[in-house]
Amino acid sequence: MHSNQLTEQGHLRHFLTIEGLKRPLLTEIMDRAEQFSGIGHRQVKKVPLLRGKTIVNLFFENSTRTRSTFELAAKRLSADVMNFNINTSATSKGESLLDTLHNLEAMHTDMFVVRHNQSGAAEFIAQHVAPYVSVINAGDGCHAHPTQAMLDMFTIRRHKQHFADLRVAIVGDILHSRVARSQIQALSTLGVGEIRVIGPQTLLPRDCHTMGVHVYHDMAEGLEGVDVVITLRLQLERMQGALLPSAREYYRCFGLTPEKLRYAKPDAIVMHPGPINRGVEIASSVADGPQSVILEQVTHGIAIRMAVMSMALGSQSDFYEAEA
Amino acid sequence: MTMPSTQAELQTLLENMANMLREQFSDKKPLLVGIHTGGVWVARALLEILGEDFFAAPLGTLNIAYYRDDFTRIGMHPQVSPSDLPFDVDNRHLILVDDVFYSGRTTRAALNEIFDYGRPATVTLMVLIERNGRELPIRPDIVGATVQLEKGQQLKLRKSADGLHLELREAGAVHAQ
Repeated sequence: MHSNQLTEQGHLRHFLTIEGLKRPLLTEIMDRAEQFSGIGHRQVKKVPLLRGKTIVNLFFENSTRTRSTFELAAKRLSADVMNFNINTSATSKGESLLDTLHNLEAMHTDMFVVRHNQSGAAEFIAQHVAPYVSVINAGDGCHAHPTQAMLDMFTIRRHKQHFADLRVAIVGDILHSRVARSQIQALSTLGVGEIRVIGPQTLLPRDCHTMGVHVYHDMAEGLEGVDVVITLRLQLERMQGALLPSAREYYRCFGLTPEKLRYAKPDAIVMHPGPINRGVEIASSVADGPQSVILEQVTHGIAIRMAVMSMALGSQSDFYEAEA
Repeated sequence: MTMPSTQAELQTLLENMANMLREQFSDKKPLLVGIHTGGVWVARALLEILGEDFFAAPLGTLNIAYYRDDFTRIGMHPQVSPSDLPFDVDNRHLILVDDVFYSGRTTRAALNEIFDYGRPATVTLMVLIERNGRELPIRPDIVGATVQLEKGQQLKLRKSADGLHLELREAGAVHAQ
């Protein structure tokens, strides 16, 4: 299903999921991001690499951080960017997803960055675009959010260097989280020593054990000796589905407070993909505290997205070669 | 001129280049910038001869990979170290160093990148070897040696344990910037 992410030469053409990608490719994404991250400190925060390319942000679901960092990443590479915030009810008035897509393609778009509330939407679009068009998944349903996972890996590498020696805990609603799914795949591809998930039974997938992770239902046990704590956003709409008794109850059991953080290693870093529900999954004093790297994650998101966009558009040369 | 082939010949070229820099820049405290990878080696050799005090700041390095004109044709280039200019370029005299000057496209890319860091007072282009095959209206100011090569022949600066040496590759290799 995911083999079409790569060109025949093994270069990244689409970036839809971490699943199936090998460690050297993930490492290359981070190395390239490292090179791009210096550009943000220059007088002119821009390189002309993607000058003349057109990138369309196709967002069927709300997002501020992801959309704006994709937009900024594209602009720092000198691409032209168009943002489409399409709410699904408007498209259902007449035009189908494919019609929308083909219309945008007719405007000579080189890349689509897609966010959709349906799992598999980016994959579907990738199957229907012209050979020279790349698709980046900016989050699809409960399936995947690969650029978020890579910026998280990049953040961990900046602080901890060797993945093999690490214990990483992901806390919260793993079941509905595309972020967690992509993170677990990336962490295991990069050879992280131990991956733990912590959460109430109702918010952990049943097949958790087959994902190569250790499952905990208690923060004290789960956080014991970890190097990295990733807290996930609790989607408040889950309360209505009777999966959780209340936000206050959740905070008492699984909210990351200074007291619970003490179970982790003293130099553990705290991460969160945002947006934060303060006092639900994380205490303000932890989110704003010395161990938090949450704002760094946002900054790193730009460099990671620059890396992925340039690699995917660079693979167009594989088609150029084929035609030449 | 015939190809400088021995270490001693290359060292003589570098000494001559260093002398020209002394003549032109001794009172200007210029900044030295090498283009990855060969240009950085040449710049380091010049730094060795002239001494750190000749320049206003440590050596800067440029990786012009994101400024090339062949991205659509060739795609991403293998990774080399990123650009690092550990100084403010505004109103300074920059000495831009490369190993082999050929089409002029690398210099074009390097100039564009430099101006994204600021506005230098002057930029002087210095190369170890100038070969024929210029494609742009750009030429070096200070040259170690000029050589005539056949079309398709490629000249590469190499570095091994015993120092720098030039390698001539015959036709068939892919045309590079």
